[in-house]
Amino acid sequence: MTGWRHILLRREAGIAVMIVLFCLSVGAVKPQFLTLDSLRIILLLVPLIMIGAMGQMLVLLARHVDLSIGSMLGLTAMASGMMFRYMPEVWWPVGFLVSVGLGAVLGLFNGALVTVFRLPAIIVTLGTLNLYRGLTFIMSDAKQIDRQYVPSALKSMSVTSPIFGIPWIIFISFGVAILTYWFVMHTRIGRQIYALGSNPVAAPLRGISVTKVTLVVFAISGALSGLAGILYASRWGFVNPSNTGSGFELQVIAAVVIGGVSINGGVGTVAGTVLGVVLLGCVSAALPLLGIPGTTQSAIYGAVILLALMIDRLVRMQGMARSTRAAVP
Amino acid sequence: MTQTEIPAPATREATLPRPAWKVLLIRPEAMTFVLLVLAVIAGSQLSEYFLDLSYILKSFTLSAEFAIVALVLTMVIIAGEIDLSPAANMALSACLFAYALDAGAPMPLAICIGLVAGVAMGAVNAALIIGMQLPSIIVTIGTLTLYRGLAQVIAGDKSIRVPDTFIGINDILLLGVPLPVLLFTLLSVVLGLVLATTVFGRQIYLIGTNEVAARHAGVRSQRIKMWLFLLMGLVSAIAGLMTASRLGSVRYDLGLGGELQMVLMAMLGGTYIFGGRGSILGTFLAAWLLVIVMTGMIVANWMPAYQLCVLGVLLIVSIIATNLIYSRTQR
Repeated sequence: MTGWRHILLRREAGIAVMIVLFCLSVGAVKPQFLTLDSLRIILLLVPLIMIGAMGQMLVLLARHVDLSIGSMLGLTAMASGMMFRYMPEVWWPVGFLVSVGLGAVLGLFNGALVTVFRLPAIIVTLGTLNLYRGLTFIMSDAKQIDRQYVPSALKSMSVTSPIFGIPWIIFISFGVAILTYWFVMHTRIGRQIYALGSNPVAAPLRGISVTKVTLVVFAISGALSGLAGILYASRWGFVNPSNTGSGFELQVIAAVVIGGVSINGGVGTVAGTVLGVVLLGCVSAALPLLGIPGTTQSAIYGAVILLALMIDRLVRMQGMARSTRAAVP
Repeated sequence: MTQTEIPAPATREATLPRPAWKVLLIRPEAMTFVLLVLAVIAGSQLSEYFLDLSYILKSFTLSAEFAIVALVLTMVIIAGEIDLSPAANMALSACLFAYALDAGAPMPLAICIGLVAGVAMGAVNAALIIGMQLPSIIVTIGTLTLYRGLAQVIAGDKSIRVPDTFIGINDILLLGVPLPVLLFTLLSVVLGLVLATTVFGRQIYLIGTNEVAARHAGVRSQRIKMWLFLLMGLVSAIAGLMTASRLGSVRYDLGLGGELQMVLMAMLGGTYIFGGRGSILGTFLAAWLLVIVMTGMIVANWMPAYQLCVLGVLLIVSIIATNLIYSRTQR
């Protein structure tokens, strides 16, 4: 296979083409979609999903799933919000430490249940999804953290930065993506995640500690949900015990699955996930422009998840057919 | 031609069969029953309402819809699959039903539309899971989002009222028992017999234990699973209509988060999450247990948030306990 065909056949190329085609076709109907303004809207839509998607990608690579990220986002955002409200004298960047640290602990709890008791992640995280959401209500006494309590320095991170006026949260989210790329490609434990997800039986025989890898992916997923939590407070300026982060897991899973991360573990790249997030951002930004009401958003996410799954399946079946044909002399 | 001596395969030493009472006691259903008794005793300390059967029956109507779906979900889990979409299915079929009524359709037609929609949603799940061989976990997360989203598209943020003649299934009493509870009990008996005594039922266990072996033994595993998902869709639609009748109006967030309660009932009843084990009796008992626990929390005036926490913890604890029971007793 020649070099250019190899690149074209990659999953990432397919998503990139879809993004371009989608933007061009929306732009043909509504020319204002192809302006810098809407690029800004798209870029402001994606950071939270991007950060969550990196964590979810790692969990899926290890052949698990984390449904509790939305509730972890809510709980960690609420923890920082409570700090801002009741301890306004504390320097505001400490909120990052609080959210990320708490998120890591919550994620570690998920991971511990999954590895120690050998439970399926789907049921564990369905349980903790409700547990963490309940804790958010209890902690906050069901009260919202209003705009005036969130430090304006934190809020301005979502508005601007010294570098071309591009908001900080965009840099942070792409920074997280780059770090994740380095983590999965160039660290020992990162490669072990792929090994574990590709073949959970063989991995321990090769000396990979399943417990360690599982704990690490869930802890990272939690920590990144925590980061998304504090950035939620920055982006929207409030934290609500019931709304904040609810349904986040579905958006993130949609983005990750479009990005070509296999639910069977071991397959997926950071580049694909980033493109999946961007595609989802483009769709979300285009809806109001095309006059489609916001109530359709959830249905579109659902359809997108199923479509991505089907495409993935068809591609895989074709790949299998090709490899078996090649094997016959 | 020399015949080499083949050593006789090491046989496991024959152990005495366990006494019947032990066999009975180590079944997870027995645990559920013990917990149920404990919950009733604890509840009766809390308030004298708990010894009033009609009060318990009335509380049960609040969860009866989820309990009915949980019965079929038990069979799905025994077959080694899972379905997280029934709560969303309930919402969408109820929304379609209410929308059809609103558009002037006669009542029987509207009910048919709701039920057919439910079965169709089950068929979509079945087509993706069995036809395309995708994992049921992720497929039903996708269809959960899709169905709930479509319900939102149809109903928007408004609530659609249903006509007065349709309201109040939970107030109909037969021999002092509310109709939803009666339906749940009847369905438990029927499904319990199907699962325990018919070939179809035993084949479900076989599929969940070892699908490859089942297929080699001539079990049409795909067809059986398809029937299960279709049944799931039908039952979810019925549950959706019952909820609409109980609440008197339909919103897109009908039954929101119900998948937790359904899965919880199945898990509390000792259904093995990896398939092949479990019983309808367990889920039946677990539904009552859950109702008593939830009623207890309401009587004790706990915040809904605490209830959410308790349900979440209960789910994790019950699955740990069930796994432990099976790993200790059936090795």
